[in-house]
Amino acid sequence: MMKLHLSRKQLCIPYALFLALFVVIPMLLILFYAFTETVDGKISFTFMNFVNFFTSTAKLSTLLMSFTIAIISTAICLLIGYPVAYILARSHFRKKNVLLMLFILPMWINFVLRITALRELLDLIGLLGTQNYLNTIIGMVYDFLPFMILPLYTTLEKLDNSYLEAASDLGGNKFTVFTKVTFPLSMPGVISGITMVFMPSMTNYVVSDTLGNFNITILGKLINEYFTTYDNWHMGSMISIILLVIIFLTMLATGGFKDSKNDARGANLW
Amino acid sequence: MVKKILSVALCAIVLIFIYAPILLLVLYSFDNSTVIDLNKFNFSFDLYKDLFRDEEIMGILFNTIWLALVAAALSTILGTAGAIGIFYSRKKVSKPLQAVSQIPVINAEIVTAISLALLFSMIMLYRTYFSLIIGHMVLCTPFVILSILPKLKQMDSNTYEAALDLGASPTQALFKVVIPQIFTGILSGFMLSVTLSLDDYIVTAFTKPKTFDTISTYVYNAVKNGTNSSTPALRALSAIIFIVMIAVLLALNLRARKPKQEANKR
Repeated sequence: MMKLHLSRKQLCIPYALFLALFVVIPMLLILFYAFTETVDGKISFTFMNFVNFFTSTAKLSTLLMSFTIAIISTAICLLIGYPVAYILARSHFRKKNVLLMLFILPMWINFVLRITALRELLDLIGLLGTQNYLNTIIGMVYDFLPFMILPLYTTLEKLDNSYLEAASDLGGNKFTVFTKVTFPLSMPGVISGITMVFMPSMTNYVVSDTLGNFNITILGKLINEYFTTYDNWHMGSMISIILLVIIFLTMLATGGFKDSKNDARGANLW
Repeated sequence: MVKKILSVALCAIVLIFIYAPILLLVLYSFDNSTVIDLNKFNFSFDLYKDLFRDEEIMGILFNTIWLALVAAALSTILGTAGAIGIFYSRKKVSKPLQAVSQIPVINAEIVTAISLALLFSMIMLYRTYFSLIIGHMVLCTPFVILSILPKLKQMDSNTYEAALDLGASPTQALFKVVIPQIFTGILSGFMLSVTLSLDDYIVTAFTKPKTFDTISTYVYNAVKNGTNSSTPALRALSAIIFIVMIAVLLALNLRARKPKQEANKR
């Protein structure tokens, strides 16, 4: 019996090795590169990458701009996504799953093609090339809205109606019931929606490039540039570390570590 | 009543926002002008003819699908074994494994991409088919694990023991008892991997061989170099992909919500 159990457990060895080699070691390499520099082919430890980042106005303004774009995009996604998810989840429509499907379907269609299609549309209405920031935000919302709607719908759908009935029986008007019962109970969905939208909005430079006409630099783009254009992998790694710290802090602030993406990207779709 | 009208209006506006660009591209894939112009529409199948005659784009389409299938198949095998292993391991082993497995899920894709670039340039495999496939596996395998683990938890563990008692070898029991019970999870892990791989741009851009392109990298570069208007055939390609994906997803979804599946979920 002992031997049998071992053989089943051992099935995770290839995956454990895979994770160690291609997830853990690469992440450690980023950490290593972030705190080193290469001078004349020799690598030495330094904190200069860190200092350079926080003393460079160009980089700090990119960070700030990126943060602003991400916050606005996330807020718009929440403002649109919440009512939509609420309407869908509370509707008595028999086929509401199909309705939901229409809203989250774009998740599975190549995003570069969708963003390029949006570029054509923005070009037609004269926004392309004139409103780079606005276009970038429209693009982020366009790309990530389904990722906000799905977790919100999932939590709102599971919401126990008897709580809402109890609240109104106890004298709460519709507004109080919503603010004191429905919304607090839907917080897990709100949190996973925010984590699903915020981070990619800071980093997905395909969206900002395609719609901002290659004039907008967000944090992800900056990392990319340090690797491809400037060929300074140390600085690129340092910016990645800073980005990771930001992700970590937002997740800590929102409590998003608990269940974040598990239900989000399509678990119940295929 | 007012509330209902407002609700329907909001949903309609959001749906228009989501589908307007897609509809525009599908409509104007039947128009042969280089730049989309709403004032005129010359109906023709020229773009589709151009598309199927364009060997470069056809090659890229083939590359993209081939890469997605290989990466998804490998991820599914690795992830299925991994999920079964994690499920039967002690907490001391399974907890850290699951935590590390979440890193690529939570991480920004650009960070995953450059971390792999650092590793592969160190071991002289940067921008090879190997780094490309590993890159896609790093993106996909955690999702395979996430789709299989719940199925393992729902499984009746006695059936495995029963198979052993009835004389099956552990391998037989695994393939004849465990795998069939988690098969829907394996299948959805595979499908999810295919779509994740097809969708990817950033990791692909950092791990692919220089001369290799997927639809994502090709289209992005075409936009970047300002050549997308000179290859309007890309409109036809997008239109085909949009329609095929929407049709497949809707068909699967309309079919999937049968009572049987609902029961399985509980």
